[in-house]
Amino acid sequence: MEILDIGFIDKDFIKAVEQESGQEISRCYQCGNCTAGCPLSFSYDIPVHQIMRLIQVGQKEKVLRSHAIWLCATCETCTTRCPCEVDVARVMDTLRIMARREGMVSERGIRRFYDAFLESVKRHGRLFEVGLLLRYNLQRGRPFADADLAPKLLGKGKLHFLPDDIKGIDAVRGIFERITKKMGL
Amino acid sequence: MADRYAYYPGCSLQGTAVEYDISSRAVARALGIELIEVEDWSCCGSTPAHTVDQLLYGALAARNLAIAEAMGLATVVAPCPSCLVALKNALAMVQEDERRKELNELLELPFKGELQAKSLLQVIFEDVGVEVLAQKVKKPLKGMRLVPYYGCILTRPPKRAQFDDPENPISMDRILEALGAEVPDFPFKTECCGAAFGLPKRELVLTLSAKVLEMAQEVGADAIVVACPLCQQNLDLRQGQINSHCGTYFELPVLYFTQLIGLAMGFSPNEMGMDKHAVKADRLLEKWQEESRG
Ligand code: SF4
Ligand code: SF4
Repeated sequence: MEILDIGFIDKDFIKAVEQESGQEISRCYQCGNCTAGCPLSFSYDIPVHQIMRLIQVGQKEKVLRSHAIWLCATCETCTTRCPCEVDVARVMDTLRIMARREGMVSERGIRRFYDAFLESVKRHGRLFEVGLLLRYNLQRGRPFADADLAPKLLGKGKLHFLPDDIKGIDAVRGIFERITKKMGL
Repeated sequence: MADRYAYYPGCSLQGTAVEYDISSRAVARALGIELIEVEDWSCCGSTPAHTVDQLLYGALAARNLAIAEAMGLATVVAPCPSCLVALKNALAMVQEDERRKELNELLELPFKGELQAKSLLQVIFEDVGVEVLAQKVKKPLKGMRLVPYYGCILTRPPKRAQFDDPENPISMDRILEALGAEVPDFPFKTECCGAAFGLPKRELVLTLSAKVLEMAQEVGADAIVVACPLCQQNLDLRQGQINSHCGTYFELPVLYFTQLIGLAMGFSPNEMGMDKHAVKADRLLEKWQEESRG
C-alpha cells in the first residue's frame, strides 16, 4: 500500500469541485460501495472511493492526473448506489473538465477521441461515424485499426462516405464558438 | 393515449444502428404512435461533450428540444439511452434560472423546457402497455429464448431516469413475454458493455462485453435483446474481435427490442432489418419457424 504524504491541503480545489459538481464531497464516508460496483475499476489506477477521499484531503494533482477519471464510462452505478446520495459520476465528470482546463489529462487517447467526435459535430451538425473513425485512427498512426469491421457494415446502409451537413449548421457552430469564447480558449 | 411524439433518432440511428431506426418507426406506426421527426435535428453531444463543458453539453441537446417545442410537441422520444440522458440533462438545466439564461444565449430558438423526454421503451411499456401489445401479436415468438440486456444508463440513476428499476429492470422482460418469447433470468441485465470506449480503449470493451455474452450463453439464450445502439455495436459488431481476443466461440445474435416486436406483429425479417447485423440471426429465425409450424 502506498502511504501518501498529504502535505498541502488545497482547499480551493475542494471548493471548486464542490461548486462545479454541485456535490458535497464531505458527505462521503468511505464505505466503498462505489468502487465495489464500478465495472471499470479493474482498469483504474486509483479506485473511485479513493478519488473521493483524495478530493476530501485536497490532493489536486493526484486526482486530476489520474487515469481513472478518464477510464470512467459514466455508467452511473456509483451514483445509484451511494448511500450518502453523492452524485459520484457527476464528480468524475467535473474532474475531467477540470483536468482539461489545467492541462493535466493523463489519457490523451481518450481525450483525442472525444475531441475528434466533437470536431465532427461542429463540422456537420451530426456525428459522421466514418469520418470520426478515419480521423481518430490516422491521428494515432493506426489507419487500419478496426478495418476488420468494415465488411460487416458494408452494403447495409450503415456506412455513409460523404457527410451531409444539417441545414442549421451555423447554429451548431455558433454554440461551439460562443462556448469557446466564454471559456477563454 | 397521447399519441403524437417528437422523434429524435440521434446520429447512430442514421449509421451503424439503422435497423433500430427502421424498426422503431415501423413498430410505432403499427402501434398507433405518431412519431414526428425533430426538424433538422443535430447531435446531442453525448459523452464527449460533457467532458468539455456542461453548458456545451446542455446547449447541443437543448437546440433539439427548442425545435420540438417550436413544433408544438410535448414529448420527445429518443430510442438511444445516451441521447435520452443528454436531453434530460438539458431539461434539468433549464429549470434553473441562471442556466436557462445561459442556454438561451447560445440558442437561436427560445428554449422554455416545457416538454418531457422519454425513451421509446418507456413509451411502449407505459403509454401503450403490454396488454395492448399482446393483443397485436400475430406471430408469437414461440421457441425463442431471449435475454434482455438493459445496459447501464437506461434506468440509472433512478432520480433522472424515472423509469423502471435501477438494479432489476423488467420492462423489456415483460414486453418479450407478451410477445410469446421465453425469458430466463439474466443476472447481467445492467452490467456495463464498455460504452464509448470501442475506439480509444478497445480491450476494455472486449473484456466487459465478453462477460455479458458469456452469461447470456450460460443461461441458454438464443439471442440478446437490447435498447441501446452502443450496447448493440459492442456486443454484435465486435463479437468477432471478442472471440479472437478472449479465445471464445460466441455466435449470439444481438437484436433491438423493436425488431422483435415487429416480427411478432407480423413484419417480415427484412422489414425489421434483421439482415443488418454482424452476427446473423438465421438460426434463431429458423427455430422460430419450426416451432411455429409444429
Ligand atoms: S459510495 Fe458514496 S459514501 Fe461510499 S465511498 Fe463511494 S462516494 Fe463515498
Ligand atoms: S460512473 Fe464511472 S466511476 Fe461510477 S461506477 Fe461507472 S465507471 Fe465507475
